[in-house]
Amino acid sequence: MSDFMMFSLVPMTVAIIISMTCALLGNFLVLRRQSLISDAISHVALPGIVASFLLTGTIASTAMMLGAGVSALVTVAMIDAIRRFGRVEISAAMGVTFTSLFALGVLLLEVSQASGVHIDVQHALYGNLESLIWFEGVGLSSLVDPAALATLPPQLARVGVVALVVLVFVVVFRRHLILGSFDSEFAASIRARPALVDLLLVTMVAVAAIAAFEAVGSIIVIAMFICPAAAARLMTNHLGKQLAWSQLFALISAVVGYWLAGYGLIALGLDMSLSAAGMIATVAGLILLVTCLWGPQRRGRAVLANA
Amino acid sequence: MMDAWWPALIFSAGYNTTLVTLGAMLLGAGAGMIGAFVLLRKRSLVSDAITHATLPGLAMAFVLIGAIQGDGRWLPGLLLGAALSAALGLWLVQWISARTRLGEDAAIGAVLSTFFAFGVVLITVIQSMNVTGQSGLTGYLVGSTAGMLAVEAKLIASCALGLLLAVFILRREFLLVCFDPEFAQTQGVNTGRVDLLLLLLLMAVVVIGLKVTGLILVVALTITPPVSARFWTNRPPRMVALAAVLGALAAYLGVTLSSARASLPTGSLIVLSAFAIFLMSFLAAPRRGVFASLLAHQRFRRRVHLRQGLLSMSRNEPIFDGLTLRLLRRAGHIRRDGVATAQGRAAAREAEHEERLWALYRRLYPGDALHREHAGLDPIARVLPPDAIDELEQRLLASGGRA
Repeated sequence: MSDFMMFSLVPMTVAIIISMTCALLGNFLVLRRQSLISDAISHVALPGIVASFLLTGTIASTAMMLGAGVSALVTVAMIDAIRRFGRVEISAAMGVTFTSLFALGVLLLEVSQASGVHIDVQHALYGNLESLIWFEGVGLSSLVDPAALATLPPQLARVGVVALVVLVFVVVFRRHLILGSFDSEFAASIRARPALVDLLLVTMVAVAAIAAFEAVGSIIVIAMFICPAAAARLMTNHLGKQLAWSQLFALISAVVGYWLAGYGLIALGLDMSLSAAGMIATVAGLILLVTCLWGPQRRGRAVLANA
Repeated sequence: MMDAWWPALIFSAGYNTTLVTLGAMLLGAGAGMIGAFVLLRKRSLVSDAITHATLPGLAMAFVLIGAIQGDGRWLPGLLLGAALSAALGLWLVQWISARTRLGEDAAIGAVLSTFFAFGVVLITVIQSMNVTGQSGLTGYLVGSTAGMLAVEAKLIASCALGLLLAVFILRREFLLVCFDPEFAQTQGVNTGRVDLLLLLLLMAVVVIGLKVTGLILVVALTITPPVSARFWTNRPPRMVALAAVLGALAAYLGVTLSSARASLPTGSLIVLSAFAIFLMSFLAAPRRGVFASLLAHQRFRRRVHLRQGLLSMSRNEPIFDGLTLRLLRRAGHIRRDGVATAQGRAAAREAEHEERLWALYRRLYPGDALHREHAGLDPIARVLPPDAIDELEQRLLASGGRA
């Protein structure tokens, strides 16, 4: 039990919070057919973090989050400029932007590592959920012990705050988000400011991606934006129910994935553990596969036509 | 820096470097060509999904080869594994977007992240295994050309050459399907099969490119050069050829630059070279480039101002706009104090007359006028045939000069 408190409670909680936060935003991305903006933003977190490190010289989390945030906004602006001034199709504009920025990040990283600095590319890509150890978490009593609680890894509080911000955003802007997702022209006609809501949504995606970046890595976080929401979309035609399904799927992915990674092989008698972030995303993908095969609303219009 | 770069640029930095440079250039050309077709089909980010989907296959092949011979590094086997899992990912993207109501964007994102994640899980399996050559595996993430063996470089170069030939042979079918799929179908071309072939070749490029630029960056080779080429021409065959040239150029610059110093990552430099080429095209290309568009916009604005100024002069209205006054003065239509010159008065009368002809034309043939770009601003004699203008003049006279 104390093993669980020390090694698994915090990573699992962080994984659950991140998964549910990303899945919540993912619903609107999937509805708007903008899923790949999460792909672009997650890739550029790396150059943002490296650049902020080179500028400030510290690996303090606030500086890094700021760097990643700035790079996300730069990305969105670049994609928009290439699309608008160059009349390039949006997916191609995205491809040009995020690959170039990612390449810049890798180059900066290699050059700075040559001068004796260590930021690990692999952790940036895979994440490092397992490192969130709560040394004072020796038992249930630690949960009510202020001294022990003070030593909780700071990432936990950070993802908590981000989750709260995202939740407030979705609740406050729910009508705008829904309108913009289904009929942006109508939204513009009644002055619901779809462009502003779009920008806010992208900013929220960036904030969530950055918070998740440290824990689960930049590429796996894309799975949490897309898979639970896409799976939920195949379960129901009702947006409220879709949000609920996506939250449930995210929760299941986080818990089952974490358990499989940490204890799955041990339960089979093999003494090794696997990448928790990778396993969570894999479970999310499997859930999506199941809904693709048997989800009640998987066909959309075709089903409606038969009904 | 320069003295280390120069030998590589003229292919005299050693046998291995030359081989890698040539291989990467062939790969860049092939990726550019295929990417151009994929761009015309508006499916650029499919290569993103394919790339990430190679990781689990790569890892599984590594485990398998490692279990057999103790060292997982055997390039042909690894590439085969990567190709198999990429094919599965590709098929899943197609299947999800065709059989469910999810868009292609969600299908791409789901496949790329889930496959990559599963690959990461497999890598943690490998890390706890007793197989040598594990550090070679991480080279596939961001590319490692520095440690490339001559055998591997040869394999990549010959695969890239074969690929280039395949694209060259199939270019007609691809162009037809990319340009006009419905017409292609009436010509007896099986659109679905050509699309599949295109994606299979794209997959081959990605798999071969793994070792050169790395898993995450190879996608840039298939997107950036074609997008750059698109700025220079509107004709698909030229665009495909240009994309191949730009892809090879990016690879050439990137590989040679990275060989100049030990710690420079090749993949990143190839991608950044491609981006530099893109940026130049984006800014400086004639017609579609940003500078060209800005110039065209400026010219248009000046013409509107000049015309409005002349019309105001002919109606004896005062002119306040600074730009209009400047343009009129520069053209010699008004003096410094704002009084019209003789030439200016003539030009004003001419503009007024022209405006009446255009107004009449718009009233008589509203449909035609809509199709003429900037109708009313170009000199009418340059747009309409003389007999049409004669007719307009007659009508104008008949109506007493009032349009």
